[in-house]
Amino acid sequence: MHKFALGRRDFFKLFGAGMAVFAVARDVSAMQETAPTPHGYHSAELPKEIGAWLHIGEDGTVTGFVGKAEIGQNVRTSLAQTIADELGVSFASVRMVLGDTALTPFDAGTFGSRTTATMTPQLRKVAAAARDLLLEKAAKQWDVPADKLVAGDGKIADPASGKSLRYAELAREDLGEHKPPAQDPIKPASQWTIAGQPVPKTDALDFVTGRHRYSTDLRPEGMLYGKVLRPPSFGATLIAYDDLAAKALKDVVLVHDGDFVGVAAPTVAAAQAALAAVRVQWKEVPQISDQEIFLYLKKNAQPSKEERFRQTKGSVADGLAAAAHTLDANYAVSYIAHAPLEPRAAVAQWTGGKLTVWMGTQRPFAVRDDLADVFRVPEKSVRVIVPDTGSAYGGKHTSDAGLEAARLARAAGGRPVKLVWTREEEFTWAYFRPAGFIEIKSGIAADGKLTAWEFHNYHSGMSGIETPYVVANQHTEYHQVPLVLRSGSYRGLAATANHFARETHMDSLAQTASMDPLEFRLKNLSDARMRAVLEAGATAFGWPRKKTGDGQGFGVAAGYEKGSYVATFAEIAVDHKAKTVVLKRLVEAFECGAIVNPDGLRNQVVGAMIQGLGGALFEAIQFQNGRITNNHFSSYRVPRFRDVPEIEAILLDRKDIPSAGAGETPIMAIAPSIGNAFYDATKVRLTSLPLQPELHLPGEKTPSPS
Amino acid sequence: MATGIELEINGKRYPVSYPPDTPLLYVLRDELGLTGTKYGCGEGMCGACTVLINGTARRSCQISVSAAVSRAIVTIEGLEKNGALHPVQQAFLDAGAFQCAYCTSGMIMGSVSLLQSNPNPSKEQIVRSLQGNLCRCGTHPRIIEAVQQAAGKMRERVK
Repeated sequence: MHKFALGRRDFFKLFGAGMAVFAVARDVSAMQETAPTPHGYHSAELPKEIGAWLHIGEDGTVTGFVGKAEIGQNVRTSLAQTIADELGVSFASVRMVLGDTALTPFDAGTFGSRTTATMTPQLRKVAAAARDLLLEKAAKQWDVPADKLVAGDGKIADPASGKSLRYAELAREDLGEHKPPAQDPIKPASQWTIAGQPVPKTDALDFVTGRHRYSTDLRPEGMLYGKVLRPPSFGATLIAYDDLAAKALKDVVLVHDGDFVGVAAPTVAAAQAALAAVRVQWKEVPQISDQEIFLYLKKNAQPSKEERFRQTKGSVADGLAAAAHTLDANYAVSYIAHAPLEPRAAVAQWTGGKLTVWMGTQRPFAVRDDLADVFRVPEKSVRVIVPDTGSAYGGKHTSDAGLEAARLARAAGGRPVKLVWTREEEFTWAYFRPAGFIEIKSGIAADGKLTAWEFHNYHSGMSGIETPYVVANQHTEYHQVPLVLRSGSYRGLAATANHFARETHMDSLAQTASMDPLEFRLKNLSDARMRAVLEAGATAFGWPRKKTGDGQGFGVAAGYEKGSYVATFAEIAVDHKAKTVVLKRLVEAFECGAIVNPDGLRNQVVGAMIQGLGGALFEAIQFQNGRITNNHFSSYRVPRFRDVPEIEAILLDRKDIPSAGAGETPIMAIAPSIGNAFYDATKVRLTSLPLQPELHLPGEKTPSPS
Repeated sequence: MATGIELEINGKRYPVSYPPDTPLLYVLRDELGLTGTKYGCGEGMCGACTVLINGTARRSCQISVSAAVSRAIVTIEGLEKNGALHPVQQAFLDAGAFQCAYCTSGMIMGSVSLLQSNPNPSKEQIVRSLQGNLCRCGTHPRIIEAVQQAAGKMRERVK
C-alpha cells in the first residue's frame, strides 16, 4: 500500500539538500467506522500503515511530513512540538507538511483520535533517528565516541573540547535516505521540554488577518465556478434532460453524465443561471420519514454472523435471576449534522492527463484513490492537497466535492473549477451521524452491585458499546440496519449514543438502589483511570451538592474510549412557571495520558463540550419523503453564545501513560450528564436525544419516541 | 462589462463589474479577491461574512452591492494599521480564541463593531452582540475573553 510518489531526487530538489529520515510502521488499531457506502458505513478495515518523514535542510529548517489534515484540532502545532522536542531544535525551526498525497506518506485518514496516538511515537522515532545520525556524523568528524557528545539547541556539542556543529552543517550534502533502527529509545514525557507546553497555534497570525486560504478561498488563474444540479429527493433518478436553452449561454461548461448534471462558468451567478436553464425530470422513490425511524430501525435489524458484533460473559439470565432489582429501558438518538462552518468544497484542475484537487478532507489519500478510480487514471496522476480546513468533526471523509469539481474541470479544457457546496447542500447531500435505537436489560444486587447487563444497539454503531463497569454476566450486541439516510462518522461516532443510553440507565439504577449516582458508579468500577476522572470532576463540581433553590438539578456521567477517560458533571435550572430549562454549568475532567499541548487540548475539550450540548439538547435532522426539511441554520439549531453555560475543564496530565487523542471522548458524557441533571430536578427520565427538556416538564404531554 | 459602480473598501476604491443586485459577499470574495470574509450560509444566519459598513457590523451576504455604494466598507483585511494588528485581532491571538478559525474573521468584525459603540461591554452584551455569529468548534468562552481583553486594551489606549 505504501507508495513513495516522490522520487528521492525530486524530494531533495523540492526541499533542498540535507538529511532525510523515512519511517513506516503499522497502526495496530486502524479498524474504523468510516465513509458511508450504499450498504452501510461500518467498520472498514483500513490500511494499517502509518508513515512519517523528516527532513533537515541546509538552512536548519526541519520539515515533518505527515499525511494527516489540520481541521482545527491543532495538529500542525502539536506534531511540530513533538519533532522539536525529540530532535532538540527550536519550535520555530520546525514546519509541517500535512495532507498532500504527492509530498506526505500514505495515511488512511484523520479520524478516530489517532493522530496523537500514532503520530507522536512515529515522529519521535524519526526525530530520534535523525538526532543519532547527526551525533554519529559529529563523532566521526571529531574522532570522539558519540556517547560523549550532546545533542540539543539545534547543534551537536562536545563538552570536553567545547566544539560544536549546527545540525544544518552536519546535514548538509547528506542526501541520505535513512530509516530509523527498529529499537531506539525516545524521550519519556517526564523529560519533554517543548512538547507538554502551551505553544500557540501555528500560523495563528494568518487566521486573525484573514490571510489563510481555505479550499473555499482559492482562486487560481482562469478559475471557473461550478454548480451541481441536485435531485429533489434522495434516490431520485434523472428521466428527462433538455439543455437546449443552457447550451445557448456563453462561456458555460455543461456536463451531463448519467444522473450527474453540472455547470461551470466564470461567475457563480452565471453558473446558477445556466443550471436554472437546464430542464430536467426526476423519478422519485418512496422514503422513510423521521416519525417512523426508530420503529424502522428495530424492525429492520439484519442478523449477522460477524462475531465482533457480539460479546458475552457469564449468563445474563443467571444474573437477572440473582438480581434484587431489574430494569428494562429503551433509548433513542436522532440523526444530526456536522454543519462544519466551511462547507464541503474543492478546486480541481486537469493539466495534461494529470489532476490536482485542493480540498478540505479528512482523507486525502482515499479521495485520491476515488478520483483515480472514477476517472480511470493511475493514482500517481492524481494529487490531492488539503489546505488547513474549516473544521470537519468526522464529516469530511467522502470524496463528493472533489469528484464533482474534477468532473466539471475535465470538461473545462484545463481551466480550474471551484465547487463550494451551499449550506443547503451541506445539510442535505453530505451525511449524518446515524440515528440509533438502544435496548438495555439490567439487574443489581441489594448492595447496588451490577449482576446482569444486556445491551443492544440498532444501527448507530459499536464505539463505546462495551461497559466500563464490572458485571460478571453481560451481553452486548450491535445490530446493523440498512441505511435510511446517508450516514457516517461524527466526532465520537456511536460512543455518544452508547454512553447516553448506558449512563442514563446507570442513573436509573442508582435511583432504584437508593444510592448517590456517583457512589453507585464508583461501587461498580475497578478501572483506576475512570475513578480518577470521576473523583477529580466531583471535587471541582462540588459533588454531592445540596440544592439551594427550586428546580435545581445535578447530573453526572462518565466513560472511556480510544485511550482516554472522561467524567462530566452538569447543573441545570428548571423554571416550572416559565417552562424553561437552563443549562447552568458543565464541569468535565478529562485524561488522555501525557498532554502534548495543554492549550490546544483545552480548546478541544471545551469545544467538544459545547458542540456536544447541541446534540444533547436540540439538534435533530428532520426528514420527509427523501427530503431534509430543516436544511438551514434557521431551522437546524446549533449551539450559540447564549447556549454556552459556565464551563470548567480539568485536564489530568499522566506523564506515565502514552498520549492518546482528545478530539472525541470529551463529547460523549455531555448528553447523559444533562439528562441526569434534568431527572434530579424533575424526576422525569429523558431517554431520547435530543433531550428537548422544556417539552418534557412534568405536566407536559409529549410522547417519547421510544 | 463595467457597471460604473465603485465601492470603497478598506479606504481604497474598487470598480465593480458584478451586477448591482449581487450580494456584497460574492463581490468581495470572487471579484475582488478579499477572501478573508467567509461564506458560511448565504442567509445571514452564521455571521462568517460579517464586515463593517459605516462602522457597523453587517452580514455581507445580506446586503447588495448597490446598497453598499458610497459607504465605507471595512473587511478583515483592512483592520491592520501600519502593519500593527487591531487590538481585537491581537486579543484573539493572545487568547487563542479559535480552532479551525473559519469563523474568526466574522467574530473579529462583530467584536470591533461592538467595541466601537460600547467600549466597556458586559459579558451579557458581548453574548447578545455575537449571538448571530456561529463557532462550530465551541470556542465561545475564549472569544468572550478575547473581546473583554481587547476592550480593556482599547480603553487604556484612549486614556
